[in-house]
Amino acid sequence: MAELSYRDAVIRGISQEMERDQDVVFLGEDVAKAGGVFKATVGLYDKFGPLRVRDTPISEQAILGAAMGAAMTGLKPIAEIMFSDFIAVCFDYIANEFPKSRYMTNGQTKCPLVVRTGNGAGSRFGAQHSQSVENWCMMIPGLKVVAPSSPRDVIGLLAASVRDPDPVIFLEHKSLYSIKGEVPDGEIVDTLGTAKILRPGKDATILALAMMVPRALASAEKLATEHGIECEVIDVRSLVPLDTQTILGSVARTNRLFTVEENPRLCGWGAEIVSIVADEAFYDLDGPPVRITTPHCPLPASDLLEDAMLPNVDRIVDRIRRTMGA
Amino acid sequence: MNVLMPQLGETVAEGKITKWFKSVGDVVQAGDLLFEIETDKTSMEVPAVEDGTLTDIHLQVGAVAPVGAVVAMISANGVSGTATAGSAASPSGAKTANKDPNLEAALSGYGAMPTEGPQAPSRGSLVAPSPTQGALDPFFEVRTPARNYGPARLSGGTLITPLARRLADEKGVDLGALTGSGGRGRIVAADVMAAASSAAVHRGQLVPAESKSNIVALYQDVEFEEVPLSGMRSTIARRLVDAKQTIPHFYLSADIRVDALLELRKQANDAALRTGEPAYKLSVNDLIIKGLGAALQRVPAANAVWAGDRILRFKRSDIGVAVSVDDGLFTPVIRDVDRKSPSHISFEMKELAARARAKKLLPAQYTGGVSAISNLGMYGTRQFTAIINPPHSSILAVGAVERRPTEGPHGRPVFASMMSVTLSCDHRVIDGALGARLLETLRAVLEDPIAMVV
Repeated sequence: MAELSYRDAVIRGISQEMERDQDVVFLGEDVAKAGGVFKATVGLYDKFGPLRVRDTPISEQAILGAAMGAAMTGLKPIAEIMFSDFIAVCFDYIANEFPKSRYMTNGQTKCPLVVRTGNGAGSRFGAQHSQSVENWCMMIPGLKVVAPSSPRDVIGLLAASVRDPDPVIFLEHKSLYSIKGEVPDGEIVDTLGTAKILRPGKDATILALAMMVPRALASAEKLATEHGIECEVIDVRSLVPLDTQTILGSVARTNRLFTVEENPRLCGWGAEIVSIVADEAFYDLDGPPVRITTPHCPLPASDLLEDAMLPNVDRIVDRIRRTMGA
Repeated sequence: MNVLMPQLGETVAEGKITKWFKSVGDVVQAGDLLFEIETDKTSMEVPAVEDGTLTDIHLQVGAVAPVGAVVAMISANGVSGTATAGSAASPSGAKTANKDPNLEAALSGYGAMPTEGPQAPSRGSLVAPSPTQGALDPFFEVRTPARNYGPARLSGGTLITPLARRLADEKGVDLGALTGSGGRGRIVAADVMAAASSAAVHRGQLVPAESKSNIVALYQDVEFEEVPLSGMRSTIARRLVDAKQTIPHFYLSADIRVDALLELRKQANDAALRTGEPAYKLSVNDLIIKGLGAALQRVPAANAVWAGDRILRFKRSDIGVAVSVDDGLFTPVIRDVDRKSPSHISFEMKELAARARAKKLLPAQYTGGVSAISNLGMYGTRQFTAIINPPHSSILAVGAVERRPTEGPHGRPVFASMMSVTLSCDHRVIDGALGARLLETLRAVLEDPIAMVV
């Protein structure tokens, strides 16, 4: 057991998989010699050499095109898109090529690749470098979408993503790179499509993802000590596949649902889950499901304004407290 | 595909397998009879709805399972499917645990992870079953609850949360009597649970509970035979305890002179005989059914039932008639009594009674109705009181026709054909004066019966 940062967990996760399997390669902008703009890939170039860890030109389409070609011809590439906002630049690969090739060739080609990307706000990067795009990825049939919130989950879910036979969008949160957490020694492999109950509670279920997870946990603590409301906090972790079993099971126990989402409100991931819960667990609900999200608005670069936009502990606590009538 | 326990009427919650017509491995065609079930109300043969091979029988003869439970599997290619009788194993639709395998199937619309183990409707009988459990169904999205638990808003405007509505239904709590503690006076789950637990305490005080083993222990030195409860016996026990405890009964009795009624019956039946092949044979009971229908039409306020938070007043009069069968009774309902002739009612009554004795009544033949008749006259019973059969608001207990001395002209005693009846009324719908008016109207109709047959 060692304490590791989220950033170093990325390095360890990629290393673990590259050591295990010669076919795993890694490519992206400034990821090799420079060790990544977020310093999340430091040392990989020295360890695995220029053949398996490659710097690419500044062209997202080239990165993903090369990754797809490599995947179709037998490698298991990990490609980095520096900011998840840039997924829009290479969306054809994300939406039309990766997730469709296996289907359209009747399984003759596969696309076992992972797109790692820095997602989310909190680092004052402004409207074009701060977005939470998990909902963009979630809506495409054929893609899997994962967003870890802890160093341990970074390693475990990255390993599961590399080993998965289909394309996986792996959303690392830029503002979590510096957080630290306990990580067991040895190989870590997690399972896609599993949510994690991080804090049990009987009064309400809070679903959160990535950077919203620590905020949900802090809110739950405050709600318990100051208002006597015991919230169950679930880290959704994997949007596709989605662990509806854990989510519906929790709602069946607590009868109340809150989602804490960093993505903008319209068509955010929580909207889909609320829809599922309304369909399947309607008669388990003892109050309306409530979504706590970033407003449907471009993100500002100003620190004060950005902080005001994102769901924070005060807002989460206030909303849940008022909804629960405490 | 899964073969499910069918829904046999609104109030039927479970069924018991009484017979299998097919065995595992048999090839079945749509329409072939698969099995027979007995519910608390009826028995019925259930046919296959698809061609295939019967690959699994999950519920053997004698097994009881909730509506919607997986009874068997029919496979198009003869391969045993993955579904199991999960809902039969947990019929209560109980709280789902964190890793409840019953929720597993819900994943499939969202890029399901491959799972092993049982898949079953996620909420037992509450949930519409997936047409192809175990296989990938790209059109399968979610399991919408198959039933609704009443309106979100009471007639007075009070709102009720979905969970509170479900709990109130499950625990038999009257939402109209509750005060909501939620926002804007909304009734929430806690209000229903509080009402249910206080009701349970209340009931506990009224009925000193003798446990099953205590009662058996009382008679341990006595020779007895244990008679297992049939579905019908359990239902009678449950419904009548419920009816007697929750419906505020009161009783009104009257003696009715039926000489004219008997004469009318004789004339009508004689007329039928003269036609050669008699087209009908009226019983006294047929005429009483008609008479009660006519009386309810003349006292429309009594032609109504209690519906929790409101009263439903009907235009037509549907009347149930208790029919005794070997190990219990049924109450088939004759519809539109007010618009049918006595001979029509007579035909229908014979048909329904025969079906009841064969336990082949369809749900539509015993549900609903506004009042009922229980006639024990043929056993010589002079007078008795009956328990209202919910959702009815009254029931007429009919005794034997007797020759009794009555006061005739000039104070001289004369013998007349008399019949004592007792009307049980639900005080929530029918107050004393209204019930008395209904009974007086019935007496007038039956004592001067010609008006009701023309």
